[in-house]
Amino acid sequence: MIEVKHLYKSFGDKEVLKDINTVFEDGKTNLIIGRSGSGKTVLMKNLVGLFIPTKGEILYDGRNFVNMSKHEKVMMRREMGMIFQSAALFDSMTVLENVMFPLDMFSSMTLRERIHRAKECLDRVNLSGADEKFPGEISGGMQKRVAIARAIALNPKYLFCDEPNSGLDPKTSLVIDDLLHSITQEYNMTTIINTHDMNSVMGIGENIIFIYEGNKEWQGVSSEVMGSTNAKLTDFIFASDLLKNMRKIVMDNGLQL
Amino acid sequence: MLLHKWLTSFGRYIMLMGRVFSRPERMRMFLKQYVTEMTQLGINSIGIVLIISFFIGAVICIQMKLNIQSPWMPRWVAGYTTREILLLEFSSSIMCLILAGKVGSNIASELGTMRVTQQIDALEIMGINSASYLILPKIIGMLTIMPFLVIFSSATGIIGAYGTAYLGHIITPDDLTQGLQHAFIPWFVWMSIIKSQFFAFIISSVPAFCGYTVEGGSVNVGKASTDAVVTSSVLILFSDVFLTQLLS
Repeated sequence: MIEVKHLYKSFGDKEVLKDINTVFEDGKTNLIIGRSGSGKTVLMKNLVGLFIPTKGEILYDGRNFVNMSKHEKVMMRREMGMIFQSAALFDSMTVLENVMFPLDMFSSMTLRERIHRAKECLDRVNLSGADEKFPGEISGGMQKRVAIARAIALNPKYLFCDEPNSGLDPKTSLVIDDLLHSITQEYNMTTIINTHDMNSVMGIGENIIFIYEGNKEWQGVSSEVMGSTNAKLTDFIFASDLLKNMRKIVMDNGLQL
Repeated sequence: MLLHKWLTSFGRYIMLMGRVFSRPERMRMFLKQYVTEMTQLGINSIGIVLIISFFIGAVICIQMKLNIQSPWMPRWVAGYTTREILLLEFSSSIMCLILAGKVGSNIASELGTMRVTQQIDALEIMGINSASYLILPKIIGMLTIMPFLVIFSSATGIIGAYGTAYLGHIITPDDLTQGLQHAFIPWFVWMSIIKSQFFAFIISSVPAFCGYTVEGGSVNVGKASTDAVVTSSVLILFSDVFLTQLLS
């Protein structure tokens, strides 16, 4: 479980995050949503330690990440996996080498065991035939799946995903969503996903945090989104006329999504 | 303002080097990277070093024979001056200037691209000291391979000079041999190697700094690559003056 308490982050005079308080629960897909520039990525970068908060606490199962020493932070990061928007695969390595990389660095496994574990992770993301390919030779969706395989190789307790569906078609996005959701439950991880994708919100949003201009505007589950009376949230979620009309039909007829 | 910018960059460079020179997390991975970098940066540069050194050796010999030699000088003077130029300046300083272009732009663009595509962030998130993992093998690899490049360069330059003797008949092989052997000071070879070690550090660490600290996109990667080559070239020339004075 990750608890965020009174988190602030400023860049110069600009306050990007303002008094964020929330809890990201174990075994659940926690979604951070919000418009571009609302502070989602800044929040995630604070969570993983790429930014240092101006004020506040980030507690990983009760351990305050902000106050940790450099060495403690390094050790803590070994419990984290992250999937970047661009997948961030090492392009000089093959798919298999990418997945083996965290194992090479931190595990005491033999080479045979490392290869076995990497192949197991690739199987888990349905990529067993792409071992020897380089990241430049595979599609964006496959790259994201390799990134997921790499992120879970060391069985992390916390998984962070920065817009995992960006640049993917709707069908591939659903595959990635399903994969993240099932892996979260399988490994009982605390998964935090930064997303704009409304399919993700409605499909796998077990705990949704809506950030608006650096503030936590709303928190709830996907089934509550539809009936929410928060104008900023509904304005963001149902931005298009199509979705607005769909919501109207659902609400008027008392239907469930 | 310029001084402030320069001092800030220098401070950041020192801080980065502080992170670079820390104990590798996994020695096995470090050695793997070390061998890869030595191949990529050093062994892959042998070709260009040999080609350039051969022709420069030949050209120096021709120029010395045609422009320096006179009836008042011994016939071996062209061979002697060719050897001194190759050993004292070309094989260490000028060859490193050439490598600053090839290796420097390679390092800066590689690390810059890794930075803008979040590959360096990915390493940091994994709890890896990305500076040490990426930069230390490059520096140690260049320091290891550089003496060999200097020796190959000097030897190939001399072969180029013999080419002018045997193929161009500019100078007789005997005169050239006599000149090459005249008043040979072994210290000059060591001087060349010592100088090249400093230059190898500049060639690998300065472009690594430029690439590692890139912010933005592809335009900034290109700019970092150019800055890396310009800065390391200027630093090589600058330090050459001091090193030559110090070691002579």
